[in-house]
Amino acid sequence: MKSLPITIDSVSKAYGSYVALDDVSLDIQAGEFLTLLGPSGSGKTTLLMALAGFVRPDSGKLLLGDRDITRLAPNKRDIGIVFQNYALFPHMNVLANVAYPLALRNTPRAEARQRALATLARVKLDGLAERNIAALSGGQRQRVALARAIVFEPRVMLMDEPLSALDKNLRETMQYEIRRLHDDLGITTIYVTHDQREALIMSDRIAVMNAGRIQQIDTPQRIYDRPSTRFVAEFMGEANIVAPGSVRRVDGAEASRETLMIRAESFHLDAKLAGADAVALEGMLRAKAFRGENWLLTLALDGGQEVLVCIPAALAGGCAELAAGQRMTAYAPAAKVHAIAGAMA
Amino acid sequence: MLEAYPQNRFARIVLWSFAALVMAFLMLPTLVVVPLSFSASSLLEFPPHAYSLRWYENFFSSATWMAALRTSLILGTLTALIAVPFALLACISMNRLGGKTAASIQSVLLTPSVTPGILLAIGLFFVLAAQRLVGTLFGVLVGHVVLAVPVACIVLLPALARFDWNQVQAARSLGANWARAIGGIIVPQLRLSLLSATLMAFLTSLDESVISIFIASGRNSTMPKLMFLSLRDQIDPTIAAISTLWTAIVVVVVVIVALRQKS
Ligand SMILES: Nc1ncnc2c1ncn2[C@@H]1O[C@H](COP(=O)(O)OP(=O)(O)OP(=O)(O)O)[C@@H](O)[C@H]1O
Ligand SMILES: [Mg+2]
Repeated sequence: MKSLPITIDSVSKAYGSYVALDDVSLDIQAGEFLTLLGPSGSGKTTLLMALAGFVRPDSGKLLLGDRDITRLAPNKRDIGIVFQNYALFPHMNVLANVAYPLALRNTPRAEARQRALATLARVKLDGLAERNIAALSGGQRQRVALARAIVFEPRVMLMDEPLSALDKNLRETMQYEIRRLHDDLGITTIYVTHDQREALIMSDRIAVMNAGRIQQIDTPQRIYDRPSTRFVAEFMGEANIVAPGSVRRVDGAEASRETLMIRAESFHLDAKLAGADAVALEGMLRAKAFRGENWLLTLALDGGQEVLVCIPAALAGGCAELAAGQRMTAYAPAAKVHAIAGAMA
Repeated sequence: MLEAYPQNRFARIVLWSFAALVMAFLMLPTLVVVPLSFSASSLLEFPPHAYSLRWYENFFSSATWMAALRTSLILGTLTALIAVPFALLACISMNRLGGKTAASIQSVLLTPSVTPGILLAIGLFFVLAAQRLVGTLFGVLVGHVVLAVPVACIVLLPALARFDWNQVQAARSLGANWARAIGGIIVPQLRLSLLSATLMAFLTSLDESVISIFIASGRNSTMPKLMFLSLRDQIDPTIAAISTLWTAIVVVVVVIVALRQKS
């Protein structure tokens, strides 16, 4: 199947005086799995609905391949969409739901039936073709929605938080299966979530959105390790934003004059593990908590700032003996210390 | 709701008797004509001394009454066929627009149902007169559609409010144009409400007399118009037979609507 690249070019959308999309530009390559990640109200659904044709941008252009689709009717875009609540048709059975897009394209009945059945098998729903929608579990509905969105071989697929209604175990299975389906079909996919773990696991690239703007577009690793803004750093996990001047270099070299981002799990308590060019943070232990796979220590730096230090249980031999109020030092390898733009709050 | 019923047995008997009395008060005047219509006498007397079906015969063999019956049934059917699709589209757009715009459209659409019939009829008369449509069936049809649209909207609006609009977006994204999304996704799921709306629109037309009296000519009198006229000119039990039949039709339609809405 030939998939297409998507170009989003300076798209803006305001509802009254509220700006839902603020000059968003984004290039998605053919066959790429891109995730839009951001807090509630950041404009993810609005951007997806603009691509689908249900929201008309105030300005900017949307291209599918080299075709301008900004003003094209939704039914002419050939985009498969999985809605958050699945939006299955309750008055049709599973087979009719999946065959619906084929029926709209005047596919002969026998062929439509056979393609729908093959797609159902692909999402592991063999044998449920004649079921009513009401008689399906949440996970099964999710699969029907997927099957219906891919059966007509669209060249782009949009998914708006498709897994948010499922329980944790099922969600993890489906993350894996959706990604595998994407790899099999090679279909350009934009996936929306506000779960950063899900975004890290599934995506080729992640676009982090906040307040209608794209903050950073990058691979999951770079988004996590090299966030370009404080917002991205804090949204992606336990990040410490450390003011310039509160760190020193173990090797005596001059410490950075920039604002630094150090993730809680980057620290070591043992200087030897952190390497020769590590940075050290000194302070007083304020609190400690055992979390099963790790210990979470809260360190109050001398400047008063608090830093979270996360030590894997396997390496945390001494943690149980640490007492609140005691002075201690945490070390972070230089590779894990990342300077970010933006002043301290 | 259920907690509102009195627990006490005596209070319950009083409540039920009161409800029964109210029902009787509402229904007896209508039911009185039933025995009258089977009377053998040519006077309206109650209770009748002897029974016969002569007034029914009289009705079915009268060319004037049969013409009026046909006019009424045609008008009712056309009214429903025009008013319900119009109301469905209007309700869909109100549902989508939301906010103040939808509220103002809704109040305009529903106005005819609260305007006194006589005002509407006079207004319509002048509008139709300007188009030389007074006395035509089409003129009466326009009036009935105006009255039936709010009735259909009142049935359809809440049904659409409960409808999951994502389904229409899903259908659109899967390749359906507007007509196919409405016909294939909305209509089948709202079929019970649409049936109710159709029957209610049909009844609205069947029952309407004021506009018919103002607009319809002698040749295309509707049943209610002819009934008014014949009450004025001559009183014999034929009118009782017709009223009985008319009531029966209305009751049947209302019962169908009520049963449908329950299921
Ligand atoms: N039709 C509308 N009218 C007015 N405001 C709207 C409309 N649709 C969206 N908004 C506003 O635009 C902003 C972005 O909405 P959007 O649905 O894109 O957020 P989101 O990132 O998908 O959030 P969530 O994670 O909660 O789904 C929100 O503040 C929302 O209130
Ligand atoms: Mg959303």
